Amino acid sequence: MKPQMITLHINGRTHYVALNPNLTLLVALRDLGYTDVKSGCEKGDCGACAVFLNGVAVNSCLVLAAQADEGEILTAAGLGTSEHPHPLQTAFSDAGAIQCGYCTPGMIISAKALLDHKPHPTDAEIRDAISGNLCRCTGYAQIIQAVQSAAEKMDAGGEG
Amino acid sequence: MKYQVKPLPQVDLPELRTVGKPLRKVDAMGKAVGDTVYAGDYSMPRMLYGKVFRSKQSSARITRLDVSKARALPGVACVITGLDVPNARLVSDMPGQTGQKQRAGSDVPVLASEQVRFYGEPIALVAAETLEIADKAVSLIEIDYEPLPGVYDPLEAMKPGAPVVTPPDNIVARWKIRKGNVESGFEQADLIVENTFRIPYQEHAYLEPEAGVAWIDERGAITIRVSTQVIEHFRTIARAVGVRQNKIHIQGTMVGGGFGGKEDITIEIYLALLAKHTARPVKMVYTREESFLAHAKRHPYVITHRTGVKKNGQITASKIEMISDSGAYPYLSPYVLLYTTVMAPGPYRINNVQVDAISVATNNPYTSAFRGFGGPQACFAYEQQMDDIARQLGLDPLEVRKVNYLRTGDCTATGQVIESAAWLEETATRAMAALGEQSPNYGSVKIGQGFASYFQSYGRITWMHDTSQAWVGLELDGTVTIRAGVPDLGAGQANSLCQIAAEVLGVPLERVTIYTTDSALTPLSGTSTATRQLYMSGNAALMAATAVRNVLLNRASKYFEEDIEALDIADGKAFIKNDPSQTLNLVDLAKMCASEGMHLSNLALFKAPFTDPINPETGQGQVWPDFTFGSFAVEVAVDTETGEVTILKAAACHDIGRAINRAAAEGQIIGGGMQGLGYGLMENLIVKEGVIKTPSLTEYLIPTSMDFPDIQAIILESGTGLGPFGAKGIGEPSLTPAAPAAASAIANALGVSISEIPITPEKVLAALERA
Repeated sequence: MKPQMITLHINGRTHYVALNPNLTLLVALRDLGYTDVKSGCEKGDCGACAVFLNGVAVNSCLVLAAQADEGEILTAAGLGTSEHPHPLQTAFSDAGAIQCGYCTPGMIISAKALLDHKPHPTDAEIRDAISGNLCRCTGYAQIIQAVQSAAEKMDAGGEG
Repeated sequence: MKYQVKPLPQVDLPELRTVGKPLRKVDAMGKAVGDTVYAGDYSMPRMLYGKVFRSKQSSARITRLDVSKARALPGVACVITGLDVPNARLVSDMPGQTGQKQRAGSDVPVLASEQVRFYGEPIALVAAETLEIADKAVSLIEIDYEPLPGVYDPLEAMKPGAPVVTPPDNIVARWKIRKGNVESGFEQADLIVENTFRIPYQEHAYLEPEAGVAWIDERGAITIRVSTQVIEHFRTIARAVGVRQNKIHIQGTMVGGGFGGKEDITIEIYLALLAKHTARPVKMVYTREESFLAHAKRHPYVITHRTGVKKNGQITASKIEMISDSGAYPYLSPYVLLYTTVMAPGPYRINNVQVDAISVATNNPYTSAFRGFGGPQACFAYEQQMDDIARQLGLDPLEVRKVNYLRTGDCTATGQVIESAAWLEETATRAMAALGEQSPNYGSVKIGQGFASYFQSYGRITWMHDTSQAWVGLELDGTVTIRAGVPDLGAGQANSLCQIAAEVLGVPLERVTIYTTDSALTPLSGTSTATRQLYMSGNAALMAATAVRNVLLNRASKYFEEDIEALDIADGKAFIKNDPSQTLNLVDLAKMCASEGMHLSNLALFKAPFTDPINPETGQGQVWPDFTFGSFAVEVAVDTETGEVTILKAAACHDIGRAINRAAAEGQIIGGGMQGLGYGLMENLIVKEGVIKTPSLTEYLIPTSMDFPDIQAIILESGTGLGPFGAKGIGEPSLTPAAPAAASAIANALGVSISEIPITPEKVLAALERA
């Protein structure tokens, strides 16, 4: 298969890369070092690989890298750092919402996608928003609390 | 409220500064911002990609294996078959209950060369320059099989003339309990209740499939960076690979979920062999489907209870038979069977007990550790049995249990005295109270409430002589370093040690850094299994931190000219308790100690109680250090037209001894409870003729955020555990009572019980038809 040149704007950096056209965005991102994007099933069942593509949360295992050509990609690592975390990252850390942490980056992407549109979600709306993100550790309760807590902080801080 | 909440005895636990607080875990932010590097995230220069070629038959002789085309493919660095590594076997230690010290078939060939015994059994390994080439090479391996008769039902496998998986026979393990005299117990009974329960497989379904990278370092040591619950497998790997134990170096990573599924050796043995044969770094990551095929499952059981009871519910005799499906190789089946055997009668005081348990080899997927380790299967059976006893006697389920619940000072069926608090009625009444008033029935929907109580060990079997080490040191800037070989599965294993050291050395948690999970560089802390890390390594960290604290207090006592007892350390300062204005900064104190050559670090080793093995004929003796007790309550709505079950409310109440991090403890209770509810209602691993028909998360459904309501977590703290500050363990116990509680609520709603999980709509409708 002939490689194809594509441009990916990831977390504010631009990558110009030759990729096989059958490569998924998940594999492309991980090969480029964005290993915060997790691989759990490679078929859209688990949500661990969720990223923003042009502002829309997608499972990166279900998108070909070539389809993302010229796209703006935001991963969980692009939201914040341990020095300057995003309010969702702070809230997840403080609420006990993180156990093994493997679902966390994808979960945070889905939570942000919700808060971008609904700054004051109900618990039911949060459950619905993260229903495509499997977590085997937490039983979800502390994740839902974390999203609520982040929503409050973001509202108070004028963010979101 | 259905039941009066039983008051708790007075417990005076000292107020602590750090321990018990729901602080941010030390590893949380790294995971939130994507800094944490998991096993599959590592790459090495000149790295190859490994793949496993697996059996497509569940019972067959290999008549031809030809890897020449795979070897000839450009980009393939090596192909290894069983003939290349004839000594590569994983030996599982077998206790003597089969009458032979080392039963034939109890060790597992790393690569099958003559015969395959289960679908997915590894046959060859490939390493290639790219993943695509490795995949291609696997597809070029040619194999011919001569199918052999297989056996897929443990009951069939026990019959004379059944196909034998591994000679001499299919009996993998037996355990027995003989206490009192069950026949005379049955004679005293007013009623005898008999039921058979069927309990299925469960798949761990951790989000992180098995992954790792191995290479040979400058010492010639095979270094393996892997996601594992047990870094101490380096010894077994050394034997299988044929190198010295100090030439295998395991660097464990943060584990993306384990639950027992990363307790046995997974890919690290393949990585070690491939790195050794190629002398290059090799990476291997399972796909989700391969993960389903490759690792063990929770054991299916058939359990029959025959119980004699008086009219008031008092149990006079309990006779229990259990059969578990070990699959093609034993792995930890004998130990899991021991757990199920000893927990079989439940947390009840019974003078006459007979248990006969047997684990049987089949050509099904092999089974081994899964959170609860045989306890959940036992609990499902004994709690359904208690409910049926209550139904048949016309008594309330709590009344029947209250007559029989174990209390402190009572003996288990193996004669082990319960020394810690046994808060069973206390937890049952609180869990049920948390449900509140039962919702009314509507239309075809019937509402029911039910609960289950349990006891579950924490810490390993006491004749395994378990130990754990931790190193704690105070740095000259007043920060604290911990070194401990503790694999962190996400439950807060590492963080707990930090909170303990912060408490003892009087520093904020942010000033504590822990280095973990390196078989060569961190003191060995044992396995992250058996709900043992807080108990074992927590005590080791407490001992080490206390030793450092004593050095500091000794020096501070000279400085203040006060007795040690008059001093304390908190908030980064030593001070006089009666006059807290007189302080000495920890940094200055540390420098004083260092300049005088005082030891500011300590390596401690904690030992569990060491006992002799139980008597194999009677099962009598101590088996574990101690037990956790608790209860789980559920309210369900069952649609009698569709069979659909909806959980409306769920509450879990456990005496965890003492919470070290309250948020983490709640996370265990809720998360474990959710896995238990999934086990009871949803998770359905379909295996036909040894083949898993549901090898993905599309087909094997685990709970999503939409399936169950929040589980209310009620933490009780008796302070009577053997862990640091009186802690017990909660990692595994959290799961155990959830499925039987859900089954109990469904039976309460329908008036008919269902003796087999998962309780799917089909089973509900079938039960209604029977009623």
